[in-house]
Amino acid sequence: MSGKTIPILAAPPKVPTFDYFTTKKDELVGWARKFSLFPYPFVTACCGMEFMSVSSTLYDTDRFGAALPRFTPRQADLLMVVGTVTHKQAPVLARVYEQMCEPKWVMAFGVCATSGGFYDNYAVVQGIDKIIPVDVYVPGCPPRPETVIDAIMQLQARIGGDHHVIVKGDF
Amino acid sequence: MDANLLERIRHRLMPTATELPVAHGIPVLALEPGQWLASARMLRDEFAFDMLLDVTAVDWPGQPLRFEVVAHLYSTRDLVRVRLKARVSEGAPVIASLLPLYPGAAFLERECHDMFGVVFDGNADLRPILLYEGFVGHPLRKDYPKRREQPLVRYRNT
Amino acid sequence: MDLKIPNPVRSAFAPTPANDGRVIVNIGPSHPATHGTAQIITELDGERVLRADVHCGYLHRGFEKECESHTWHNLIPYVDRLNYCSGLINDFAYCQAVEALMDVQITPRCRMLRTLLSEYSRIADHITCVAAALMELGAMTAFLYLMTLRDYIYEHLADLTGARVTYSYGRIGGLARDLPEGWLKRLEEVLDEYETYIGRIHGLMDHNRIFIDRMRRVGMLTPAQAVAYGCTGPMLRSTGLARDLRRDTPYLAYADLDFEVPVGILGDNYDRYFVRMREMDESVHMIRQCVDLLPAGPINADDPRCVLPDKQLVYREIESLITHFKLIIDGPRVPAGEIYSAQEGANGELGFYLVSTGEGQPYRVHCRAPSFVHVGVAHLMLQGGQLADVVPTFGSINMIGGECDR
Repeated sequence: MSGKTIPILAAPPKVPTFDYFTTKKDELVGWARKFSLFPYPFVTACCGMEFMSVSSTLYDTDRFGAALPRFTPRQADLLMVVGTVTHKQAPVLARVYEQMCEPKWVMAFGVCATSGGFYDNYAVVQGIDKIIPVDVYVPGCPPRPETVIDAIMQLQARIGGDHHVIVKGDF
Repeated sequence: MDANLLERIRHRLMPTATELPVAHGIPVLALEPGQWLASARMLRDEFAFDMLLDVTAVDWPGQPLRFEVVAHLYSTRDLVRVRLKARVSEGAPVIASLLPLYPGAAFLERECHDMFGVVFDGNADLRPILLYEGFVGHPLRKDYPKRREQPLVRYRNT
Repeated sequence: MDLKIPNPVRSAFAPTPANDGRVIVNIGPSHPATHGTAQIITELDGERVLRADVHCGYLHRGFEKECESHTWHNLIPYVDRLNYCSGLINDFAYCQAVEALMDVQITPRCRMLRTLLSEYSRIADHITCVAAALMELGAMTAFLYLMTLRDYIYEHLADLTGARVTYSYGRIGGLARDLPEGWLKRLEEVLDEYETYIGRIHGLMDHNRIFIDRMRRVGMLTPAQAVAYGCTGPMLRSTGLARDLRRDTPYLAYADLDFEVPVGILGDNYDRYFVRMREMDESVHMIRQCVDLLPAGPINADDPRCVLPDKQLVYREIESLITHFKLIIDGPRVPAGEIYSAQEGANGELGFYLVSTGEGQPYRVHCRAPSFVHVGVAHLMLQGGQLADVVPTFGSINMIGGECDR
């Protein structure tokens, strides 16, 4: 053993019941945020067809609270990158991501957004995580609507279990 | 294609040729670049080829005249197609634009320029259409490696 | 993140410093009404569009470059994703071009099935176009009705091909597999659903005052302009010119079918909407005829140059094993030559120009995309109109990014 001390990353609560309130606050805010997702459908290609299907009556994202799209990044919190992102489109994607406010999540919808798909060439960005951070990757070319719903549910589980800072600092 | 029409086209456009080659139902006119616009004009005015379907190119590296510019014309009256071809060199890949005859040539020639670097004399707007500003090179040339990417947005550190 | 984000396009308009009330507004490429990937830079005088500069290419995925490093068979998934709304038509158009270059005759059953499925795909494409156009006008109910119907078609095609949107079902020399049990029965049910839902759309839209005001005499195109710009398909037919490759130069089984070619009168958005609605009715009529005329027999041509041998033979005979191996590894050897073969896609003339040097991989594949040509005429249709007209006009062009930008 080298005798080096390892710093503790999070300061312990000053009052014993403080973390109870933080946990409850996180659960409440997480519940509110996960069931009221406002997607920004950044649709480019064939996956858009499945996006239209998953938003429609047979597979309905409205059951999950993620139905109302907002076509302005200022009012959206879930950036769904649906379809292939080419190098020409990349600046547009970067700009839209930058314009969104925190908290924001990104879903890479389809293999083209996840990894470039089978377009391994000069024109296509080999996965949007080269440009923006991604929270959930949805495989499929295009993914079946059930896969998309599974992805939304997994994202919701993650949002629900997240630590939501609403006041600068620990809370 | 009607043999009579084929013969009349050959007589008018390529009188020195004994016979017009026909590739799977479409007659192929192998032209000199200098005849490009005049031949297309003749086909449009005298033979009613009123629609320009497509302008593209094929790269034959290693041949002295590297690029083969290919255009397809269609007659909505006679329901027949014709293919025009002309070869240009790598050093001077210039050919006349079909824009004075067919306004639809604007986008088609822009794409051909993007992909091959062929310059269409008479088309003033050869901005990139499928590629983007800042892209160096012409991807459909055989010597452009398929995977050479030219990103516009800097990649993240992951 | 680097905040210096470069602009991928150069506008045709210089920004006007003069205070003459003209404004340059950028629409797209990430915009609900630009179908994903088109950018329209408009110069406005109040609400009126003076000039429009349309940029596509945001979905250029290097299809033609990919073609040069794959075998003729391996291209079929790439070809699917051109006009992804009607994937089967792309498959069959490409396979037809390669088959013609190889001089392979497809079987009668394959011919009739390809016709049936082409029309089925055409219905799906027109549904998508009309649904998107209506949703952009605010008719959400119509959009949901049409999406429900389209989902029935997708599920039905998934029963046959295994996929809902991009099928990879065509093969050089035939098809991937034959119809499963009960497929034709379900087809009849889906066509009945079609009648119900389309009846509702007609009821909601055709005599709707708001719809007529927004679509009639908006985005007009004359027949001369359409021909000069190379428009084909519903764009051309809406201007009044009855040009349809299925009727003019029949391919597949269209010569055996009885159908009408609907045309419009003014070349405006309403005409394009109605031409597509009528074309869907004609497609349903054609599908019913195909079901009646469908012969029994094999799906694939008996041609070892391009059709994979039966799997049981591959496991037992050395010749079949070698044939299978060579076809997969090297690809089918297509004789040297070139061909331009076109079919009537949902948007118009979908052509493939193939150049072969005798290898199992193509030398050059070029797709003549109808959407690309139609985007070339978009500026003409948008000029002189209102800013709000940009949305339905661009929607009625049915620009599909995969096909336009390839």
